[in-house]
Amino acid sequence: METKSKKVVKMDMKQYGMFFALIAIYVVFGFLTKWANATPMNINNLIMQNGYVVILAIGMLLCVLTGNIDLGVGSVVAVCGSFAGIIMMDYKMNMWVAIAVALLVGLLTGVFAGFFIAYLGIPPFVTTLATMLMGRGLTYTLLQAQTKGPFDQSYNFIGAGFLPVIKVPFGDGTMDLVSIAVAIVASVLLVASEIKSNATKKKYDFAVNPTWQIALKLALMLFIIWFFFYKLSRYNGLPFVLLIMVVLIAVYGFITSKTVAGRQIYALGGNRKAANLSGIDTKKVFFWVYVNMGVLSSIAGIVLSARNGSATPKAGDGFEMDAIASCYIGGAAVAGGAGTIVGAVVGAFIMGILNNGMSLFGWSTDIQKIVKGAVLLGAVTLDVLSKRKKG
Amino acid sequence: MSEYILEMNHITKEFSGVKALDDVNIQVKKGEIHALCGENGAGKSTLMNVLSGVYPYGSYEGDVVYKGEHCAFHNLRDSEAKGIVIIHQELALSPLLSVAENVFLGNERTSMKGVIDWTETRKRAQEMLAKVGLENEDVNVPVNTLGVGKQQLIEIAKAMAKKVELLILDEPTAALNDEESKKLLDIMLDLKKQGITCIIISHKLNEIEYVSDSVTIIRDGKTIETLVKGVDDYSEDRVIKAMVGREMTNRYPEREGVEIGDVIFEVKDWNVFHPDDENRQMLKNINLKVRAGEVVGLAGLMGAGRTELAMSLFGHSYGQKISGKILINGKEVHLKNVKEAVKNKLAYISEDRKTYGLNLIGDVKENMTIAARPFFFSKNGVINANDEIVASEDYRKRINVKTNSINQIVGSLSGGNQQKVVVAKWMMTQPDVLIMDEPTRGIDVGAKYEIYCIINELAKAGKAVIVISSEMPEIIGTCDRIYVINDGEIAGELTKEEVSQEKIMQCIMAHNRKGDGNGNEE
Repeated sequence: METKSKKVVKMDMKQYGMFFALIAIYVVFGFLTKWANATPMNINNLIMQNGYVVILAIGMLLCVLTGNIDLGVGSVVAVCGSFAGIIMMDYKMNMWVAIAVALLVGLLTGVFAGFFIAYLGIPPFVTTLATMLMGRGLTYTLLQAQTKGPFDQSYNFIGAGFLPVIKVPFGDGTMDLVSIAVAIVASVLLVASEIKSNATKKKYDFAVNPTWQIALKLALMLFIIWFFFYKLSRYNGLPFVLLIMVVLIAVYGFITSKTVAGRQIYALGGNRKAANLSGIDTKKVFFWVYVNMGVLSSIAGIVLSARNGSATPKAGDGFEMDAIASCYIGGAAVAGGAGTIVGAVVGAFIMGILNNGMSLFGWSTDIQKIVKGAVLLGAVTLDVLSKRKKG
Repeated sequence: MSEYILEMNHITKEFSGVKALDDVNIQVKKGEIHALCGENGAGKSTLMNVLSGVYPYGSYEGDVVYKGEHCAFHNLRDSEAKGIVIIHQELALSPLLSVAENVFLGNERTSMKGVIDWTETRKRAQEMLAKVGLENEDVNVPVNTLGVGKQQLIEIAKAMAKKVELLILDEPTAALNDEESKKLLDIMLDLKKQGITCIIISHKLNEIEYVSDSVTIIRDGKTIETLVKGVDDYSEDRVIKAMVGREMTNRYPEREGVEIGDVIFEVKDWNVFHPDDENRQMLKNINLKVRAGEVVGLAGLMGAGRTELAMSLFGHSYGQKISGKILINGKEVHLKNVKEAVKNKLAYISEDRKTYGLNLIGDVKENMTIAARPFFFSKNGVINANDEIVASEDYRKRINVKTNSINQIVGSLSGGNQQKVVVAKWMMTQPDVLIMDEPTRGIDVGAKYEIYCIINELAKAGKAVIVISSEMPEIIGTCDRIYVINDGEIAGELTKEEVSQEKIMQCIMAHNRKGDGNGNEE
């Protein structure tokens, strides 16, 4: 009630809590590995290694918002990669055809799953369990259980390439001015958009956050931006994968928060019957969510095969679990209807930093899985308990 | 031993500093039916949770004396062991399990430890069912094949199986029609003869008047008074006065200065078949007209087809093989889906807000704007968030939704305020025709009054309003004209001047007879 008169609201701490968790985990591994995880090369690897998980987590979030998951994404990643490989290696066609075919295959798998889920009412868990098995089988068949490669450098650029750089000597190495320029532009845009949104709020006489909170939030965001871009500038500049990621995050962040279609996914996840009676074609929403997942899986498939420089039958194995875990760690509700793109991306990075830190520390992948499982369970437990306390 | 089976003395229960119950006293005589009345949030359910041990001993202050003993229940099992059983509004039955298994759910008949004795279970279940007037039911069928009324009775049978002495029923008739309600209340009277004491929580004051021997009224967590039948004034008005703390001179606000205009909504020869059975006709040749500024009621028993009619009109949301014409503002419209319906200025405020009306984990703003969004708050699919906030704030104030802000989660609001959010959602689509299905179910007297005021406002603004309600006094009190629906047909039309509960029932009975008795009872 007082908030109305004072026109201030508390910040949603949950969203920023995740950023703090991300930083905390990073710092812990920083100490453990004597800051081996802070070298420019490692920061670059973090982005390149986690690019496809981030891409998948974005698509998976939409599935999670409907209250479901897609188990088939790892297999679709492999199928799309192998199609691209076959087009380039066996048919000797150029990479653009390969990319187009891979995207088309992803789209078709999405249409396939979406049709069964939306229009035949088959539970997504079952449908995507089937696409997972079928996709993996198809990949092995297509590749005859062998690795196909090596691919052309121009294709590999997608997964392993860098944007143009302007390197100047700096300290004991070089620094890329393009990275710094982008960081400056990003900072200015961030501050400007915050100021604008607050001005609009004041114009409409809405409640605004206290200034110190806005300042803290901006400081945190700027710190993360500059940390990343500075480290990248000290290595080879901006990876192409980063560009893909940023574009996807921006586009899907916009769709989920600012468009009618995006909000319909939340309404569907919150209460399907009510959404139906509110004029939302929930079948259509379901269909497009899974088509979208197919397309994003194919993008991830292209990025992965480009980074590996080859298509392998085991590619993308278990990615679906990483993507699902990212969404839940990022605060998405298991029953659907709540969650954000930024959350899913931060969730993916938390997973990535854990993986990366543990590898640097010398823990085997077996141990890593145990830790990841524990983190997932812990994050969701915290989320559930905190909600219960409020309710 | 005193004449009271149950005494709850000076009960005080706090939730993080807020007193939900403040020195509440209630005495229940052995063998009586004792009603507990109060607006939503008055503390009735909290009191019953204290009694049944859901809030364990020690978490409240005060004293519970049952059969002369001081009680310290720590959970439901403790209270059930003493013969106190509570039946909640939401049924605690497992839908796919058989009737027999449900009767002994959590209280299984076993031959040796952990192994169910099915013969015994079925036999004893049959006995229990006989006690609640269901001796002819097959105990082997899944419980979800029975109607809600029977399921409610099975809940009672389940309580009987636990050797109940004090039975608490929380809103037992909320989901039942008049006939089923009557049956349930008669079963209660029957249980009374068997020596079982009952506490009934209900909003339906006519039922309380019919069934109970005394009534305790709670308001804002405090006991107001206890009235005894045959001693005190036991009329509905008297109880309402105690509940709301003031005289309710008129439960249905007068509509003043409303001009009834031309026909703006017309349905011609509307036929609908069951969605799963194309040979089963659910609605037959429905014809109706509503004028601008007019409030028209659809009366009828549950299952008569009123909700089915509303939903089939609203973008074919129910049924198949739909035929007939809809005219809005004199023009024929084809409403193939909900979006078309909304576009053509038709709105349907569904019954059962939690299941069909609200995204309970969404906030007030999201819920209010979701239906109107494609038409009013977006451009090329992109939302104008600021317009949404302005509109939501506007409606929040206009129809008095009690919430901290438009960002509050709808699930945390009271029933009355949730209903207002649903109403706001549909007002935002700026309809010409509004169908309100059970607009006041499960909300307290004060909130009901506010909903009636909103209906009047809508009429004043020249909208055509259709009200569907199972509560006949509500239909009679709010509507200018009433269509009586029975068995998928219009059984009669009554004007405000001629309508009465008896007239409505006469229409239904006459229509039933015309149907040549071929309508089976299900």
